[in-house]
Amino acid sequence: MEKFTTHTGRAVPLRRSNVDTDQIIPAHWLKKVTRSGFEDGLFEAWRKDSEFILNQPERQGATVLVAGPEFGTGSSREHAVWALQNYGFAAVVSSRFADIFRGNSLKNGLLTVVLPQETVERLWALTEADPAAEITVDLQAREVRAEGVNAPFELDDNVRWRLLNGLDDISITLQNAADIAAFEGTRPSFKPRTLPVA
Amino acid sequence: MGRTLAEKVWDDHVVRRAEGEPDLLYIDLHLLHEVTSPQAFDGLRLAGRTVRRTDLTIATEDHNTPTLDIDKPIADPVSRVQLETLRRNAAEFGVRIHSLGDVEQGVVHVVGPQLGLTQPGTTVVCGDSHTSTHGAFGALAFGIGTSQVEHVLATQTLPLAPFRTMAITVEGELPEGVTAKDLILAIITRIGTGGGQGYVLEYRGSAIRSLSMEARMTICNMSIEAGARAGMIAPDQTTFDYLQGRPHAPEGEDWDAAVEYWKTLVTDEDAVFDAEVFIDATELTPFVTWGTNPGQGAPLGARVPDPVSFADPQERTAAENALKYMGLQAGTPLREVAVDAVFVGSCTNGRIEDLRAAAAIVEGRKVAEGVRMLVVPGSVRVALQAIEEGLDKVFTAAGAEWRHAGCSMCLGMNPDQLAPGERCASTSNRNFEGRQGKGGRTHLVSPQVAAATAVLGRLAAPADLAAPVSTKPSVEV
Ligand code: SF4
Repeated sequence: MEKFTTHTGRAVPLRRSNVDTDQIIPAHWLKKVTRSGFEDGLFEAWRKDSEFILNQPERQGATVLVAGPEFGTGSSREHAVWALQNYGFAAVVSSRFADIFRGNSLKNGLLTVVLPQETVERLWALTEADPAAEITVDLQAREVRAEGVNAPFELDDNVRWRLLNGLDDISITLQNAADIAAFEGTRPSFKPRTLPVA
Repeated sequence: MGRTLAEKVWDDHVVRRAEGEPDLLYIDLHLLHEVTSPQAFDGLRLAGRTVRRTDLTIATEDHNTPTLDIDKPIADPVSRVQLETLRRNAAEFGVRIHSLGDVEQGVVHVVGPQLGLTQPGTTVVCGDSHTSTHGAFGALAFGIGTSQVEHVLATQTLPLAPFRTMAITVEGELPEGVTAKDLILAIITRIGTGGGQGYVLEYRGSAIRSLSMEARMTICNMSIEAGARAGMIAPDQTTFDYLQGRPHAPEGEDWDAAVEYWKTLVTDEDAVFDAEVFIDATELTPFVTWGTNPGQGAPLGARVPDPVSFADPQERTAAENALKYMGLQAGTPLREVAVDAVFVGSCTNGRIEDLRAAAAIVEGRKVAEGVRMLVVPGSVRVALQAIEEGLDKVFTAAGAEWRHAGCSMCLGMNPDQLAPGERCASTSNRNFEGRQGKGGRTHLVSPQVAAATAVLGRLAAPADLAAPVSTKPSVEV
């Protein structure tokens, strides 16, 4: 995983609540067996509409998505995170994220930042008035900065530490392989096994 | 202080607990399907890792599988590649797989319970949000992303942040014609699509205790639609009776030891939930959704709401967008909404009791002209049982299409899709824009409402069938 320390970029204001993962990446894209190449599937249905915010010339190259509440609800598809990253987003700001989406994003180094809805509204107003306005998402300082906005955000210490260092969960867990083996030694014999039954 | 059911199951699976770190939890059962696993196996291969516990892992094919002509090669080359990739990965890493054509094939959340693999007090994960289904057995079961799938394959554990607990207590008897699906839709509308966020929900109370295992699965299945981490129901005699004799259920002394343990899996009297919701079952009526998220629902007797009636500006905009997408006018009685298609199936309502309920309603009747009704059993075992009972004949005689098992039109990854603008009454769990096919419009309903809707061609409850079809539909609230 790439390290995430701080990121500055232009933003896309997405004034919609309950953006579910079926909207972020529709199911027919899920047939791919790779982690890349999902950029064209991002918000596919909405992008057919020339008015859609992502289609506006001034939003090209923007890297921070500022979305409405309940972003990423629905299916657990990690493809939603890959699609956002493949497209070029480095961070998503919202007042509420769905749990699984949030977990997935942080495991892939896509920083999801929770800010109060008033701050989200301020960021919307700012970037709508000036599409060239930049937003800085500073993980080191745990702060989002933009003109007239200086908003601290919370993130679990452990998650932050992993993101700052680009650490992969599996290698961290495998350092505790002895604990896992010890636990396995105590599991009751009635626990189910998937071995085919004769 | 006492502990809740969820806390007990969690505590029993902590492999490692350290200050400032998430708990490392042991996973008892890992279910796989073709959509969310290829990149995880790729990751293992790249790192030179193996599957730690193939004996706690099982794969089925469900999302891409066709429901017609299953003996022919899969027409869509991309779907075919994904299924072939799962088969190759399963063979390479030694994972048991139930492929298309196998008698144990089916939707992953139908297969786990019917094999007896889903048991009380276990931790169950799958790269699929509806893993919450398995919580009906008193298991702590939740959906995970592909990175976590890889993590479980490699370590059989997951580092997890703590959750909060919410009790959803449903007391009283469900009125005639009101089902588990109506109950869960009503709960989601009450607490909202984000209302369960960060929580494990425990459904309790007399109404829950009186439900069959299959109905309990319907409830827990949709916990994720309220944003919850998981949903659980304490195991009881109904649970034990369902499990006994299933292929992977414990036997002999193991069975006795298991039941003894399972009986301890109840929330202690003095345990405290972080949040509580109370529902009076006796007040419920058949429930349907009118919008594009599962929280946008209303009693079938109500009207399409006016967006202005929502105080919250976000909800108002969401309702405006939803009505536009759904092609609905505020104020229209829901019973006057005509449909083009009816889908009976999915991991929410694709089990044998669901098919029986739908069949009982269409029996001796005809699917309305111009309406396409698709019946897709949740698994091959469900299909075989239905055939044994003659349900397939009941459906086809009524003019419905009887199909092969799989996810099918629940998400339209296979050819079973709605055409743009088509409206469907569906027993599945998501009414998102385009979920059942680009531009398709979904109303979530119970199997009973689905069947009555198929017969009348408009949203309806079985009770409406007695009324003469020619008169204007009555609207009761
Ligand atoms: S039936 Fe629908 S919800 Fe269930 S696993 Fe399949 S696609 Fe997902």
